Amino acid sequence: MSIHRHQISRRSILAGAAALGLTSTLAACGGSDDDSGESSGPVKLTYWSWAPNMEKVAAIWNKKNPDITVTVSKQASGGEIVSKLITAKKAGNAPDLIQVEYQSLPTLVSNDVLADISKYVGDVKSEFSEGLWHMVTLGTDAVYSVPQDSAPLMFYYREDLFKKHGLSVPKTWTEFAEVARAAKKAVPDAYLTTFSSNDPGLFAGLAQQAGGKWWTVDGGGKWSVGIDDAGTKKVAEFWGGLVQEGVIDNQPMYTPAWNQALNKGTHLAWVSAVWAPGVLISSAPDTKGKWRMAPLPQWKSGDNITGSWGGSSTGVSSDSKHAEAAAKFARWINTDPEALAALVKYPAVYPAATKGQSVDILTTPEFFSNQKDFYSTAATIAATTAPSAWGPNVQTAYTAFQDGFGSATKAKKEAQFLSALATMQSKTFDDMKKQGFEVTEA
Amino acid sequence: MTSAPLKGSDRVEVGPLADGTGTAPSVRPSRPRRRGRSAPYWFLVPTLVLFAAFTLVPIGYAIWLSLHKVKVKGIGLGKGARSEVWNGLGNYVDVLHNSEFGHSVLRAFGYGLIVIPTMLGLALVFALMLDTPKARSAPFARLMIFLPYAVPGIIAALMWGFLYLPTVSPFYYLLDKFGLPQPDLFNGGNLYLSFANIAVWGGTGFNMIVIYTALRAIPPDIYEAARIDGASNLKIALRIKIPIVMPSLVLTFFFSVIATLQVFTEPMALKPLTNNLQSTWSPLMAIYDSAFLKSDIYGASATAVVLALATFVLSFTLLRISDRYTREDRA
Repeated sequence: MSIHRHQISRRSILAGAAALGLTSTLAACGGSDDDSGESSGPVKLTYWSWAPNMEKVAAIWNKKNPDITVTVSKQASGGEIVSKLITAKKAGNAPDLIQVEYQSLPTLVSNDVLADISKYVGDVKSEFSEGLWHMVTLGTDAVYSVPQDSAPLMFYYREDLFKKHGLSVPKTWTEFAEVARAAKKAVPDAYLTTFSSNDPGLFAGLAQQAGGKWWTVDGGGKWSVGIDDAGTKKVAEFWGGLVQEGVIDNQPMYTPAWNQALNKGTHLAWVSAVWAPGVLISSAPDTKGKWRMAPLPQWKSGDNITGSWGGSSTGVSSDSKHAEAAAKFARWINTDPEALAALVKYPAVYPAATKGQSVDILTTPEFFSNQKDFYSTAATIAATTAPSAWGPNVQTAYTAFQDGFGSATKAKKEAQFLSALATMQSKTFDDMKKQGFEVTEA
Repeated sequence: MTSAPLKGSDRVEVGPLADGTGTAPSVRPSRPRRRGRSAPYWFLVPTLVLFAAFTLVPIGYAIWLSLHKVKVKGIGLGKGARSEVWNGLGNYVDVLHNSEFGHSVLRAFGYGLIVIPTMLGLALVFALMLDTPKARSAPFARLMIFLPYAVPGIIAALMWGFLYLPTVSPFYYLLDKFGLPQPDLFNGGNLYLSFANIAVWGGTGFNMIVIYTALRAIPPDIYEAARIDGASNLKIALRIKIPIVMPSLVLTFFFSVIATLQVFTEPMALKPLTNNLQSTWSPLMAIYDSAFLKSDIYGASATAVVLALATFVLSFTLLRISDRYTREDRA
C-alpha cells in the first residue's frame, strides 16, 4: 500500500478503514439552518483523523466546551483519505474538521474541500514558524488549515556501532558517503542505511533540503513543475551513486527484512524524521538506548537546513455548517498549552506550534534515554526546516517515484535514478496538463 | 484467490450433481392457473429492486462517469476551479492507448498461464486420488487440501511474503545451511511463480472439492461394468471419470480465468516488500491506482468498464466453446 509512512499513520490504517461506514451518517447530522451558530443545543462537529487516541484530546475539549461537541472518526491517511474527502465533498457530506497532511493541502484546496478560515484563525500565525505557515496558506491570503505537527528530518545512528568501527557522525553529505564506504569496509555484510523506493516522502524531504522546489506558482498565475530541478537531481545522483557503488542498501523500508536489519544492526543508521523513536521501538526493540540523533548532513559545510517527512494540519471543510465553531476547535487543539500537552501525551505527535516544542511539554523518548537533549536538539533542527512546495497532484508524483525508482534501485544504476526522476517530472506535468491546469515545466 | 470462485460455489456443486446422476426428481409442475398469472412477477420484485439498486444503477453510474472528465481552470485553487465536463469516448481512447494497462493485462495472462493449469491439474489429481476405493483417511486429506482456501487472501499473501524474504524466511535459512542456491523470489519471472504459488496454494482445495463432488455423483455401477470389462483404475479415471466430470472442469476453469483477470490481493500485499512491483502490475491495481491514488474516478471507471466488457466477452466465448464441446461429446 502506498501510504505515506508516518509513525502515527502506520498504526491506524486498518482502524481507519473500519470506521469507514460510520462517518457519512455522522457527517450528515448537521441541521440546515444553523448558520448563525446560535441555535439551541450543542453544535455537533465531526473530525476525520488517523492519529491514534485523538478522541482523548477531543474529550478534553468536549468537557470544557459543552456547546460544541467534537466526535473523532478514525480514517486512513495518505492518498486514501484524500480520495475519500473528495468523494465526500462530491456527495455534500464532508466532515467538519479534517486532519490534512501538508502535501495534500493543494489537492484538497483544488477540489474545494477546504474552507478559507483566515478570518477565524489568521491571528495565530505568530505561533508557528514561517515555513509551516506558508504551507497552510499556499502562499495566498487565505488560510486553509492550522499546523498540527511537523516532522523535520534528522540523522539517526547506532552510537555503539559507530564507536566500535571508528565511524564519525557525518556533518556533510560528502562525509556521509565516506562513512558509508568506511562502514561497508568495516562490516562487509552491513550497510550504513538503505535507499527505499517505497518512501517518496523521505525523498521529497531530502530534495527540499537541497533546495528542490517541485511545485511553484509563478507571477503569471501558472503552476510550474520542477521535480527534476538542480537540487533534486543532486539528491538522486548522490543516492544513485552510493547504491551503484554498493555501499548503500537498496531494499525498501517498512518490511520485515528491514525491521530485522535495524534490529540486528546490519543497518547502522537511518535518515528519518522526529517521529523515528516511535518506529524504532516496534521495528528494532532490541536496540533500545543504542541510538543517537544528530542534525541531517548538509550539502555545504556550515549550512543548517533540513527537510521534512510528513507532518499534518487541521482544516475545516467547505461543507461544514459550523465553520466558525470548527475553526475555534482547530485553533484550540493546535495552540492551547493544555491541548498541545495532550497531543504529545496521547497521539504522540511532535507539535508544530513553537511553544509546543519546548522541553516543558516534551519528555525524552524512552527509547533514547541515553540522549537527554533529544527534544531540545530537535527544536533547534526544526527551526531550520526549509519551506516545502507542494502541488495539486502529489500522489501522481509519488506513484511515479515508486515505479521509477523501484526499477532504478533494483538495477543499482545511477543513470537510472536520473531517468526515473525525469519520468517522475513528465508524468506529473502531463497529468496536470491533462486535467486542465495552467502549467509549465521549470 | 479473489472472491469470484467463492460466490459460485453453491451453484457449482448443484450443477454437476443434477447433471451427473440424472436422478433429479421428475416432478412435473402443474399448469399455473389463469388467476395467478401476475404472481411470479410479484415474487421477482424484491430481487429486481435489489438488483437494480445495487448492480444496475452503480454500473450505470460508472458508465456515466467514464464519459466525463474533470476540467480545471487556471491554477485550480479555490471555489469553482474544477468542473465536470463531457468527455465522450476520450477516457476509453486513453485506456486503449495506455500501454501500462495493456501490460498489466498481459501480466495477468502470464500469471494465469501458470496458475490455471497447475491449480486445476492438481485439483483433478487430488480429487481422483481421493475417489479411488483404496484411498485411506480420505476425509482428513480432503480437509487438509481444502484448508488453505479458508485462509483469507490477504493473510495468505502476507504470510507467503514473509517466507519469500531472504533475511527472515526459515526456508532461506535452511537453503543457506545446506549450501543450496538462494533464488530471489521477487525478481523477474520468479515474481509470477511467487504469486502463482500463493494462488495455487489457496485455490486448489476449492477446485478439488468441486471436482470431487462431481466424481461422487457418478453411479458406481458404471465402474463395476468397466471393471468387468477389465479396465484398470487408471483407465477408469481417464476414460470414465474425467469425461463425466468435464462440465465441472469447464466451470472451475471458467471461474479461474475470471479470478486471474481480477488478481489484486497478492501483488498488492507484496508490493511494499520489493522494488520490483509496479503500481499498475495487474489490471485491478491499475484501476485502484487511478481511482484511489490519482483521484481520477473518470479514467478509472472507463478502465473498469473496459475490463468488465473484456471479461464478459471472454467468458461468453469460453462458455460457447465449452457448450459446443460438451454437446458434441454427448452426441
